Amino acid sequence: MDQIEKNKVEESVRTHSNGQASKSQRVDVMKTYKLFIDGKFPRTESGRYYILKNSDGDTLANVCKSSRKDFREAVVAARKAQHGWAAKSAYNKGQILYRIAEMLESRKAQFVSELMDQGYTSVDAQSEVSASIDRLVYYAGWSDKYQQVFSSVNPVESSHFNFSVPEATGVVAILSPENVGLIGLVSTIAPAIVGGNTVVVLASSTLPLSSITFAEVIHSSDVPAGVVNILTGERNELLSHFANHMDVNAVVYCGNESSEIQKIQELASLNVKRPLIYSTNNWMKEEAQNPYRIMDLQEIKTTWHPIGQ
Amino acid sequence: MNRTAYTDSPPIDQVGVEERIARLTKRSIKKESKVTALKLALSMVDLTTLDAKDTLGKVKQLCTKAMHPHDALPGVPPVAAVCVYPNFVRIAKNALVGSDVKVAAVATAFPTGMSTRKVKIEETKWAVNEGADEIDMVISRGHFLAGDYNFVFDEIAAVKEACGDAHLKVILETGELSTLDNVRIASDLAMNAGADFIKTSTGKIQPAATLPVTLVMLEAIRDFYYATGKKIGMKPAGGIATAKLALNYLVVLRETLGHEWLNADMFRFGASALANDLLMQIVKEETGVYQSIDYFSKD
Repeated sequence: MDQIEKNKVEESVRTHSNGQASKSQRVDVMKTYKLFIDGKFPRTESGRYYILKNSDGDTLANVCKSSRKDFREAVVAARKAQHGWAAKSAYNKGQILYRIAEMLESRKAQFVSELMDQGYTSVDAQSEVSASIDRLVYYAGWSDKYQQVFSSVNPVESSHFNFSVPEATGVVAILSPENVGLIGLVSTIAPAIVGGNTVVVLASSTLPLSSITFAEVIHSSDVPAGVVNILTGERNELLSHFANHMDVNAVVYCGNESSEIQKIQELASLNVKRPLIYSTNNWMKEEAQNPYRIMDLQEIKTTWHPIGQ
Repeated sequence: MNRTAYTDSPPIDQVGVEERIARLTKRSIKKESKVTALKLALSMVDLTTLDAKDTLGKVKQLCTKAMHPHDALPGVPPVAAVCVYPNFVRIAKNALVGSDVKVAAVATAFPTGMSTRKVKIEETKWAVNEGADEIDMVISRGHFLAGDYNFVFDEIAAVKEACGDAHLKVILETGELSTLDNVRIASDLAMNAGADFIKTSTGKIQPAATLPVTLVMLEAIRDFYYATGKKIGMKPAGGIATAKLALNYLVVLRETLGHEWLNADMFRFGASALANDLLMQIVKEETGVYQSIDYFSKD
């Protein structure tokens, strides 16, 4: 092979491996948005999905439309994980929440661009992601404090040492806010899990992308499988199952639809689960984070301990 | 020893077995059929407690659960039997007076089978004398795997004789038999030696019952029936904890042996957690609401 031919071969290799022409032909590898159940990312068992479009009408993703069976599986996972999660030390749970904040911080750009894909302005997206990270740190800090603050030693007449301490409610089903992408998830999940509960969350159906990306963050933050389970799909399809499942101990509803609120409250009575209604539309403001959100999902246990003499 | 000494056991096509199971487990059973199947499965359960920490109280509680699985819902059948260690047989028998629930006792140095034949026969006779309706024996897997089929055959025949009127279930402990070919040989051996039931596992070894193993054993039962006219029962045991899996077993049973085996005289589930899952699914079908274990009695 003479020198000219050699050059030709090298030239053709260059253009094919990393030249401009072949680069433009590369097919983008798109992420499949799936559910997050028991630490895994399954598709919905129903095989159904809906198409999420941006304001220009371009398809952003095919989003899983969860069925009641997906919800059932998620509750089984949450129940299995609850005892072990609640038994972890407060310090450890705080560390893990802080770890979620760290992971979220490191993927900030991705969350911002995903929110912008779904219609957020750059400024709004930036501030929502930052607020979400800060909120996780806020609840991480409360982890080893809320029990001290809200426990009490009670004066009683008899010779008993009488004290009350908060304990996790158990499995919490959350219908997260429709109008926000990320801050709604964080604001409802963080106070629930910091208190030793495990959760099954239905993401916003109009802004669902952050939920599964947030699941990836949780997946890489030492959160045990089953502690957080995230579903996407239609609220009106799943609402009654969230409210009447006998193995769910509390149901959190974020929204203002009075008919839905009534349904939640009625069905929750079946096993006397705790219904919590958060009607705020502004999840960014300071009031949306406070230790009472943790206490909303705690049961107070009072102990009568005999004292000697 | 030649493997055809007792039987002409055919070799098993493992890929074929697994493909058939994959096809059968795709069946979808809904609504009334599902309720019927769930209740049938419940009536086939051998409610089992075989822990070294078992107590008198636990066994009595198990017997109450066996007779009254969930009285809150009418139309729920009792289970088929309770399965206990021989020393609890009399207690269970007394606790079950007036019901059709049978008492099954594990015998022959369960779960290992590591003892002398004399001791095994004595234990069997004693359990029957205490009132056991059914005896679950284990085979000597060591002898079986060493190819000493004569020994295993004679042992089963001797225990069968000691059983008298009690039914004999022979546990093959398929998790220790390595291959489906061995499962088939052991099944044929046990049936020829006088087993009334063949049973997969003790529940003490992993893997316990699996669908492929069950299919192989059911086919052995079918071939034995064609050859001799005798109907042998089947009991998968261990690891069947969910209603969904139990229904898969019923589908495989129905497709292999047909209606005549679809009752508690011919088919049993050896299980403990399964009963409550079946109950939860039955209540779910009746009410439309997913259930919690908190509202069902433990054992």
